[in-house]
Amino acid sequence: MAKRSAPEVNAGSMADIAFLLLIFFLVTTTIETDSGISRKLPPIEDNQEDVVIKQKNIFTVLLNGKDQLLVEDELMELEDLRSEAVKFLDNGGDGTCNYCSGAKDPTSSDNPDKAIISLKNDRETTYGVYISVQNELVAAYSELRNRRALQIGSSKGFPNMNFSDMENNYNNVNWSGNKTKLKEVIEQIKIEYPQKLSEVQ
Amino acid sequence: MSKFKKKTGGELPAISTASLPDIVFMLLFFFMVATVMRDTTLKIENVLPSADQVEKLGKKDLIMYIYAGKPSKNYVQQYGTEARIQLNDKFAEVRDIAAFVASERASKREELVPFLITALKVDKKANMGIVGDIKQELRKVNALKINYTTRQGDVSTNF
Repeated sequence: MAKRSAPEVNAGSMADIAFLLLIFFLVTTTIETDSGISRKLPPIEDNQEDVVIKQKNIFTVLLNGKDQLLVEDELMELEDLRSEAVKFLDNGGDGTCNYCSGAKDPTSSDNPDKAIISLKNDRETTYGVYISVQNELVAAYSELRNRRALQIGSSKGFPNMNFSDMENNYNNVNWSGNKTKLKEVIEQIKIEYPQKLSEVQ
Repeated sequence: MSKFKKKTGGELPAISTASLPDIVFMLLFFFMVATVMRDTTLKIENVLPSADQVEKLGKKDLIMYIYAGKPSKNYVQQYGTEARIQLNDKFAEVRDIAAFVASERASKREELVPFLITALKVDKKANMGIVGDIKQELRKVNALKINYTTRQGDVSTNF
């Protein structure tokens, strides 16, 4: 009798098995990274000195336990908060801020460097509402920074680039522009519109 | 004489699928490598609020996660409906945060410790009391860089 060779294993179902595994890993994969609003907490200091700040330089935002928004002691809707904050920060009441385009109202903030937004919340405030308010306040700052970036960007060699584009480009390894110069512009804008957001505990 | 008969009809030969497993395996390996399995099981409800002024969080190994929210259905009997903190896989109290931060710091290389960021993943229906307590505790242990993790979206969905 002739020697029989071992029959070949049918590999037709190999693809099915591989597909099964593939679909499993496709479903469980999470490639995206988390994103969110970054903040820095104030350190605890032992000897707290009282800093005297003029009342007109403080923009008080209060969120009460019923999720109502009180801005400068008046009720306000969340939609109006951003424009009010911009108005306050960009006021330039003492005239030292030559890039501000605000109303120069002497009863509002002196200049963006002195303007402070104070955010206070109750224990009963809902976290979602608090994040919305934080978001609007951050948006007010970035609106001003974006505007400023468009103003000075073209003279520094970065035309048609707003502040967030600048930061994205700075962090982008593939971007081919002059990064040291861009860093200077970013720093300058950050000094011109500093984010002074204080949270009351 | 069929052996020498010319094949009739111009049928196309079937495309060989022998390389299909190879292609699929290639994809499979890609996804196996790219997969990050969820490392903590959430015992709380965790619907993040939405925001549009967000920054991306970079290196995943430099982030410590603190979760907070209402205990999920299975745990309501045991833990009630008030928002709770979850660290790693278990419910925790506010005072446990200091120990948690210390152990996270100890597990990282020393030169990376100053770059650690605390990501607060808090349910949007939780109240600020618990968030304030967490923040106060983080200030005590000098973990000052925090990030309120949110989803990308419109703020009006937070109500």
